[in-house]
Amino acid sequence: MKIHEYQAKEILARYGIPVQPGKVAHTPEEAEAIARELGGPVVIKAQVYVGGRGKAGGIQFGDTPEGAKEAARRVLGMNIKGLTVEKVLVTSKIDIKEEYYLGVVLDRASQAPVVMVSKAGGIDIEEVAATTPEKIVKQVVDMHWGLLPFQALDIVTRAGLPHETVRPASAILTALVKAFIESDASLAEINPLALTTDGKVQAADAKILIDDNGLFRQKEYASWAEPEEANPLEYEAKKVGLTYVKLDGNVGIIGNGAGLVMTTLDMVARVGGKPANFLDIGGGAKAEVMYKALTFVARDPQVKGILVNIFGGITRGEEVAKGVIMAQAELPKGMPIVVRLSGTGAEEGRAMLKDAGLDWGHDMRDAAQKIVAAIAAKG
Amino acid sequence: MSILMDENTRVIVQGITGREGLYHTRNMKAAGTNIVGGVTPGKGEQTVEGVPVFDTVSQAKAATDANASCIFVPPAGAADAIMEAASAGIELIVCITEGIPVIDMTRAMLFVREHGARLVGPNCPGICTPGYGKIGIIPYQIFTPGSVGFISRSGTLTYEVVSLLTEAGIGQSSCIGIGGDPIIGSTFVDYLKLFEQDPGTRAIVMCGEIGGSDEEDAAEFIKTRMTKPVVAFISGRTAPPGKRMGHAGAIISGNTGTAQGKVAALQAARVPVADTIFDIPDLVKKVL
Repeated sequence: MKIHEYQAKEILARYGIPVQPGKVAHTPEEAEAIARELGGPVVIKAQVYVGGRGKAGGIQFGDTPEGAKEAARRVLGMNIKGLTVEKVLVTSKIDIKEEYYLGVVLDRASQAPVVMVSKAGGIDIEEVAATTPEKIVKQVVDMHWGLLPFQALDIVTRAGLPHETVRPASAILTALVKAFIESDASLAEINPLALTTDGKVQAADAKILIDDNGLFRQKEYASWAEPEEANPLEYEAKKVGLTYVKLDGNVGIIGNGAGLVMTTLDMVARVGGKPANFLDIGGGAKAEVMYKALTFVARDPQVKGILVNIFGGITRGEEVAKGVIMAQAELPKGMPIVVRLSGTGAEEGRAMLKDAGLDWGHDMRDAAQKIVAAIAAKG
Repeated sequence: MSILMDENTRVIVQGITGREGLYHTRNMKAAGTNIVGGVTPGKGEQTVEGVPVFDTVSQAKAATDANASCIFVPPAGAADAIMEAASAGIELIVCITEGIPVIDMTRAMLFVREHGARLVGPNCPGICTPGYGKIGIIPYQIFTPGSVGFISRSGTLTYEVVSLLTEAGIGQSSCIGIGGDPIIGSTFVDYLKLFEQDPGTRAIVMCGEIGGSDEEDAAEFIKTRMTKPVVAFISGRTAPPGKRMGHAGAIISGNTGTAQGKVAALQAARVPVADTIFDIPDLVKKVL
């Protein structure tokens, strides 16, 4: 799950990591009031779930409260990579002398968090990673202990951070790893970690991703979930317990099991169709779940037909058929549906579909061909 | 012959009194699996499905001499259940549970390694050796005994492809759903090693998917260390980057984990890669 910069900084602050004071504003007037309260020049930063905000003009400065109001007026409502800016972080401006990078990411290969530190922080860190990876020092965190203070000191020293920064920077790194582990994060980055002209080391920007599997015990962070404007359906699907990913074609796809659904998408593409979505109803789904899934997929206005592909193990064919028949009445009139059932209860399910006048496929390929042809026939 | 389970496998079920635990215990017994007991804290001294229930794995191990465990414990306690099994000396731990926090798995993996246990999964359908039974939730009736080893990151896709093999008259030695999470106990390479050594296996079918680099590692292993032929299939060719396609591990990040990259790595290792699952049986017949 993505969270905003101001939320990530809130987490960091709880672990004693220094961040500039600031607050979130939804209107230019709020931004002005916050700037007045903070005193001195401020930075106005767009809070959207994408990177590259600075390059897109989503970070602006205000030297006075009035200037902050004007800057906020420019940033609020701005479109950054398809997302409308609805809130900005108003924070004290700092004079940055140098920018470093600190990151923790869950590494599949080492099956542990990996810490990354670079002296070359700032907006071009991805290019640093691509062109001069030796400038990023990496170390696997031993999950017996977490990152010990001496290890953090060793890493920042090896990364070449200046002597006067190694104590505060390593303390921040140790705290960052602790925050990562205790927050069920899958990524935590401070970029840049700023060395200011007056010699302070602080997190000038932060990004944290939370592991969806950890949300059941991270209740506060779970409550921060927001609909992603680009994908309102995905947000709603999550709320009703469906595993749904929006794609840009016109063939709605529902199946049981992630691998089978992915393979169904590939098959539809292979026979000349364009998948509109990924929807996995999981194992053992009852008729109500199938009904919910079909009516949900049909809400996407791009969907012109739906393919249901079920390999019954603990999911029963009759339940699937019942759900499809229940949903049929509520789908747009004449929308083609092709159902492919195999395994437990497939015979019974097919008989029910036949009685209801619904089409089915013998196997995944046949079903994919049928739905693509049915959509094409409708023009 | 087979890998991981045979006539000496004695299985306990952790979470045996739950809905899933009960249902699948019944199915595993029907498949011929030697289920010797179950564990649910607080339900000790009960009997379910004809087997004794214990409060802890170590009690179950002492009383039944179990050497394998099948875990149906909910996500919040599943990593602890894995470590409990490893601590009790269970050699083979199959964890079906989906949704375990990844950070819990980083600790559980250290623990499992230090106790010398083998973990299959989590977030997997389990394993099956036709003729001996199954540990997990794979429908047993789709199998027929034979000499093709099967490994896959997905559950229902496994059922689909095994059914195709069986229909084509190609029997299986052992089948393993390795799990769809980013951190899993054993990877493709671990199972390829076992199949390479198993005299009952003549060829292997490997079904991978987007995300991570396990398929690329497998390609490297096949190229340099395997003598037996491998046929592969990769799902997720149409998946967009940055989206979690159901499985927590099925996500393309940046340029890593794409289906194209995996197909290319396997082809470079001279592994035939099926375009669709329907091409798998023919490719297997060619290499057998």
